[in-house]
Amino acid sequence: MHSTDVERLDTKSRAIEEALGRLGQPITEGQARDVAALEDCDCKDGMFALAANRRQLFAGTGLVAAVGMTAMLPHPAAAKAPAGAVEYPVQADPTKEQGRVMGEDGGYGSRSQFETAVRWANPTKTAGFTPLQNSYGTITPSGLHYERHHGGIPNIDPAKHGLVIHGLVDRPIKYSLADLKRFPTLSRTYFMECSGTTGSEIMKAREPNVQRTHGLVSTSEWTGVPLSTLLKQVGLKPGAAWVLAEGADAAVMTRSVPIDKCLSDALIVFAQNGEAMRPEQGYPMRLFLPGWEGNISIKWLRRLEVSDKPYYTREETSKYTDLITTTGKSRIFTFTMEAKSAITFPSGEMKLPGAGFYEITGLAWSGRGKIARVEVSTDGGKSWNLASLQEPVLAISQTRFRFPWIWDGKPAVIQSRATDETGYSQPTHQQLIAERGPLETGSLFYHMNAIQSWGIAADGSVTNVHPLG
Amino acid sequence: MCTRSVDRTCALLIAAALAAFAAPDPARAQGYPSKFDFGTPASTQDIAAVAIAIAPDGKGLPAGKGDYAAGKRVYETACAACHGANLQGVAGLPNMPAGAALRLIGGRGTLTTKNPVMTVESYWPYTTTLFDYVRRAMPFQAPGSLTADEIYAVLAYILAQGNIIDKAAVLDAETLPRVQMPNRDGFIPDPRPEWFK
Repeated sequence: MHSTDVERLDTKSRAIEEALGRLGQPITEGQARDVAALEDCDCKDGMFALAANRRQLFAGTGLVAAVGMTAMLPHPAAAKAPAGAVEYPVQADPTKEQGRVMGEDGGYGSRSQFETAVRWANPTKTAGFTPLQNSYGTITPSGLHYERHHGGIPNIDPAKHGLVIHGLVDRPIKYSLADLKRFPTLSRTYFMECSGTTGSEIMKAREPNVQRTHGLVSTSEWTGVPLSTLLKQVGLKPGAAWVLAEGADAAVMTRSVPIDKCLSDALIVFAQNGEAMRPEQGYPMRLFLPGWEGNISIKWLRRLEVSDKPYYTREETSKYTDLITTTGKSRIFTFTMEAKSAITFPSGEMKLPGAGFYEITGLAWSGRGKIARVEVSTDGGKSWNLASLQEPVLAISQTRFRFPWIWDGKPAVIQSRATDETGYSQPTHQQLIAERGPLETGSLFYHMNAIQSWGIAADGSVTNVHPLG
Repeated sequence: MCTRSVDRTCALLIAAALAAFAAPDPARAQGYPSKFDFGTPASTQDIAAVAIAIAPDGKGLPAGKGDYAAGKRVYETACAACHGANLQGVAGLPNMPAGAALRLIGGRGTLTTKNPVMTVESYWPYTTTLFDYVRRAMPFQAPGSLTADEIYAVLAYILAQGNIIDKAAVLDAETLPRVQMPNRDGFIPDPRPEWFK
C-alpha cells in the first residue's frame, strides 16, 4: 500500500470515528479501516477533498450496517439530511427488498442524502457562492446558482405583483405575470456573474477554494420575453435613451440601463432551468441583461421607467463603479463581464492521492460572446497548452474545458487562460494592477478576471497561490 | 424572375403559391402578430405608487424641508446604531458590513491611495442619490419609513458633518440639487476593453 493511501485511510478512519463518536457511538479504528478499505476509490468522484466529506462518512455507515453492526448506528431518521435531501434508511442490500414508492417526497424530487455541496454564505449573508469545485458540465443547478441581494430575499405573491412600464412611452402599461406569459418567449443559456467576484484576490491569495474565489458566477437556462417586445408595445417616445429598472425588495434596488441593451438581447425572465425562477433569483420576474454584471439584472422587477438620462442611483455611483487609484477617477457604467476562467479540479483544499493521471477541468466564460480557446499551464505559466472545449460552446455561457495531465508528484502550479471570440485574453494580476492601480481593499476591485493559480504540493494538497504572494 | 428590386413582391408571390399548395392550417398561417395588446393601461396612480426615483437635477424630489438640528435627532434615532454616533460606522454588527463600509464621512484625499476610504463625503457624486437611497432603502430595519422632512433633515446633518454644507443650511427640493459634492467630477466612462501588452 502506498504511503499516500495509508494517509488517506487514516484521514478517513479518523473522520468516520469522529462522526460516529459525535453521535455517541464510537467504533474502533480497525472497524473504520475495514469500512474505508471496502469503499470505492475516491477517484470516481472526480474530486479529492482534503477532509472526508459526508458522502464518505455515510457510505461508511452503510457498509458498517451491511456487515452487521446496525445496533451501533444511530437511526438514520435521527440524522439531519443535507440541504435539498431527505434522509431515508440505508438498505443493507437494496437488491433484497423493495425500494420506496413514488411520492414520499411529495412529488418534487430531492437529491441523494449522500450529496452535500451547498452555497457558501459570506459573513453578511448577502451573497451565496456556487460550489464550483463540485460542478460538472456547464449548467448550475438552480438550488446552487449564486445569489446576491441588497435587502434580503422578498417573498412575493405573483398574483399581487405587477411590472409597470412608463416614462417616455406612448402607452404606460402594467403587466402581471400571467400577462407576461402570454407573449412569445425565448429560452437562452447564459452565465451570470457578480462584478465583485474574485475582487478580493487582486493583491494576494485570500480565499481557500474556488467556491470562495470564483463562486459568484453560474449558468442557467433562462426563459422569458424579450424586453424589446414590451417596449414595442408601450411605444418609445423621442429622446428615450435609458431605462431605470427597479426591484420590489427592501432595497428597492435600481439601476439605469442604456436603451440599446434593452432593445437588443435584454429579457424579462420568469423561468430558470425549466421551472419557475427561484425566489433568490427574482421570482416572479426579473430583468436579464446577458453578459453584464449581475447586479444590473434587477430582480423582483416591478418598474421600468424610460428616460433621457441615467438616474445615477446608489448602486451605479457609490457601488459598482471602478476606482482607478492611480488617477483617483472612477469608471462608471462598467457593464460587461470580460473573459475569465478557473480550474475547478484540482482546486483549493483538495488533495491528490498521488502521482499519475488527472483530468484537469474547469469553466471559462465571456460577456462578449463565445469562448474561442482555453489554454492550461501546469508549470506556473511558463508554457501553455490548448484544452479541449465541451461542445456546444454557447455565447455568453460557461464553457467546460478539459486537459489531460500526468502529474509527476513534484510541486506544480496549474493555471487556465481564456480567450474569447473578440480576441481578448485573460490578463495577469500584474497587468490589471498596472492598468487600474493597486487596491489593498480588495473587495472593491470589481471586474477582476486575472488568471487563477492553484499550487499543488508534493503531498498532493492544493492551495490558492498568487503571483504577488 | 426575382430581382432585388422586386424582392418583396416576389416573396409575396412565392408565399401565395405555397399557400395554395399547403394543407389548410389557418392558425399556423397567421404567424406572429407584429404587436400585442396584453397587460392593462397603467393609471396615474399605478405609476405614482412606484415612481420614486430622483434625478440629479432634482426631478422627483418631494415637498418638505429639513435642517441640521432636526437631522441630528433623526440621525440619532434612525441611523446611529449602524453608522455610529460620529458617522464613522459601527464595527462587529451581526450580518452587517464591516464598520469601515458603514462610514458616511471622511476619506477626502484617499482615492489615490491603495486604501481609499469611500464615503458619502469623499465619493458620492450627487446629493439626490443620497435622498433617493435613504428614502427607498433606509433605515435598514424599517426601509422607506422616513418622511420627506426627516430625509431632508438627516441629509442636512450628514452633509454638514462632512463639511459639505453649512450647519445653518436648510435643504429642500430647490436647495438640495444645488449642493456640489466633492467627488462630482470623479467619474469617467468605461474605457474597456483594455488590450493588455
